[in-house]
Amino acid sequence: MIEFTYWDIIRNLLLATRWTILLSLVSFIGGGLVGLIVMSMRISKNRIVSAIARGYIELFQGTPLLMQLFLAFFGMALLGFTVPAWLAAGTALILWTAAFLSEIWRGCVQAIAKGQWEASASLAMSRFEQMRYVILPQAIRIAIPPTVGFSVQVVKGTALTSIIGFIELTRAGTTLTNATFQPFLVYGLVALIYFALCWPLSKSSQILERRLNVSHNRH
Amino acid sequence: MSLITVTDVRKRFGENEVLKGITLEVGRGEVVAIIGKSGSGKSTLLRCINGLEQINDGAISVAGAQLLPGEAALRQLRLKIGMIFQSFNLFPHLTAGRNVMLSQQVVKKTPAPEAEGMARRMLEQVGLSEKFDAYPDELSGGQQQRVAIARALAMEPMGLLCDEITSALDPELVSEVLAVVKQLAAEGMTLVMVTHEMKFARDVCDRVVFMHQGRVHEVGPPAEVFANPGTPELKQFLGML
Amino acid sequence: MGYQLNFGWIPQYMPVLLHGIGITIYLIAVGAVAGCILGIVCAWTRALGPVWARPPVAAYVELIRNTPFMVQLFFIFFGLPSLGVQMNELQAATLAMIVNLGAYSCEIIRAGIQATPKGQFEAGASLAMSRIQTFRHVVLIPALQRIWPALSSQIVIVMLGSAVVSQVAAEDLTYAANFIQSRNFRAFETYIVATVVYLGLSILLRFALDALGWVLFPRRKAAR
Repeated sequence: MIEFTYWDIIRNLLLATRWTILLSLVSFIGGGLVGLIVMSMRISKNRIVSAIARGYIELFQGTPLLMQLFLAFFGMALLGFTVPAWLAAGTALILWTAAFLSEIWRGCVQAIAKGQWEASASLAMSRFEQMRYVILPQAIRIAIPPTVGFSVQVVKGTALTSIIGFIELTRAGTTLTNATFQPFLVYGLVALIYFALCWPLSKSSQILERRLNVSHNRH
Repeated sequence: MSLITVTDVRKRFGENEVLKGITLEVGRGEVVAIIGKSGSGKSTLLRCINGLEQINDGAISVAGAQLLPGEAALRQLRLKIGMIFQSFNLFPHLTAGRNVMLSQQVVKKTPAPEAEGMARRMLEQVGLSEKFDAYPDELSGGQQQRVAIARALAMEPMGLLCDEITSALDPELVSEVLAVVKQLAAEGMTLVMVTHEMKFARDVCDRVVFMHQGRVHEVGPPAEVFANPGTPELKQFLGML
Repeated sequence: MGYQLNFGWIPQYMPVLLHGIGITIYLIAVGAVAGCILGIVCAWTRALGPVWARPPVAAYVELIRNTPFMVQLFFIFFGLPSLGVQMNELQAATLAMIVNLGAYSCEIIRAGIQATPKGQFEAGASLAMSRIQTFRHVVLIPALQRIWPALSSQIVIVMLGSAVVSQVAAEDLTYAANFIQSRNFRAFETYIVATVVYLGLSILLRFALDALGWVLFPRRKAAR
């Protein structure tokens, strides 16, 4: 049996952390883009379009991420090609992230006073121009803290992809546990690495939130 | 020829019919005050003329352009007529100057230097030339409302709809806004104002429209309407009963 | 497409599915009740409790909120036995749910407590109530009412997250689905059925929590 030093364990975990970070970034950015589309559909005046977006959000927020991963993995396999774990993982995480971000952002857009829509409409702007030049610049400001906050959920969500065989931090932890028989140490380290990734995000979300509230109270 | 023609307009919110067949013409250069109790439909009428509310029945046209649903038609209409709101609705993320420039650039595709020149002239006209770089939250209510007027004027509309534009202001700030409106009226701008400022209506307006329960109840020149109200409702509204 | 979806296996495996659903409901019921009680205690500590007790509670909350549930579960199930704490799968899963929801509900409930107008505490004190009595009788219920929607959402999220307990072989709904698909070789259909059941459970749970809200806070307006 190979002997693992502490350093071996830590090094292997940190190497696997790269994949956790990469998958988190891909999911967050991809989810943001899809989420923007879903959000636009959700606030559309067309009831059918809005209902489709609502159904999408209900479905992805109302079912476990793990099931979404399984369905992506086995569903894509049904289409006739072998699915690498990263593809299924990325797809499911993007769709899942989009559902949450779109709702967060919808809340921010709807927090903008109705008068802003009306004033820009009365200046002959189209709905798109109202959104682009008047509503979004204001909504983005209040959207930043909760969006950063949600990125923590995305990082933690990537842990589930180990179950469908994507090799990232949690999966590496399991492998190392099986090799070293030191679950307390290994999972403790895994938890600490996740904490090191997530805590700065959580904290900055809180700080941004507080700063936003202060600047709001200036009025 | 009239600038704004409102023909038998009806508007319902659910079961509640707020406008029960309004017919009204506003001539070019005319200044019309709409008065009435709250809930009489006066603000709704103004919002319908600007297409912020969809009418259920009837027709509205501005300078020959019909109010039709659909973004392109609305855009044409709104280019002809601007609107000032009770709550100012300045864009808080933009300076006063940028507020006035934005829709010139976005809607009319005016190049930035020209839009800025226009913005400076308009702000000067409302007496705020030194506030070009101030953000809305650095301005008083009266100043904000004057920026809102400049913003509407910069689109070179044929007329302005003013929806209780002094109601959200502290009393000492009302006169500075009314002075700007008075000057506009003197320069021949067509104005339709929903207002509670009876003295202003009497001094500045060509015609007063009294609305009651979703209908035009009485119309006439201010001297006549205020001196000899013809109906008990108007008498009561004016506090003469 | 050559592939035909087939759901004919459902009756045969119904007992397995029902068992899994039962375990999932058990987990969320115990997890929600115990987790919220833990959350109330922690929230009281962080907002009003003794100063020396606040940092450890804050550390617990931050640690749980910034690590994946699955890692917490693995730590409890695989890691704790090396300290001599032995648990079966279901006990470990239950404990992980309680610990997880405890941390989240602590933060949510704390926000509710801190939104309490100062006058409420003063009124309680002026009526000669102790601090604990004021908290218990004056502050807690309106605080819970304020944050009930957020707490309900969190409980639903934790229920959906419970799918992970299958990974330590706790026999929940996902475990049942894993078992069934290994026998019927219909992975996609099996997980679709499980997903639909989860969707139904989350809708029912939300409904139940709304109803509970009506019972706990009948026509009372929270002071803001």
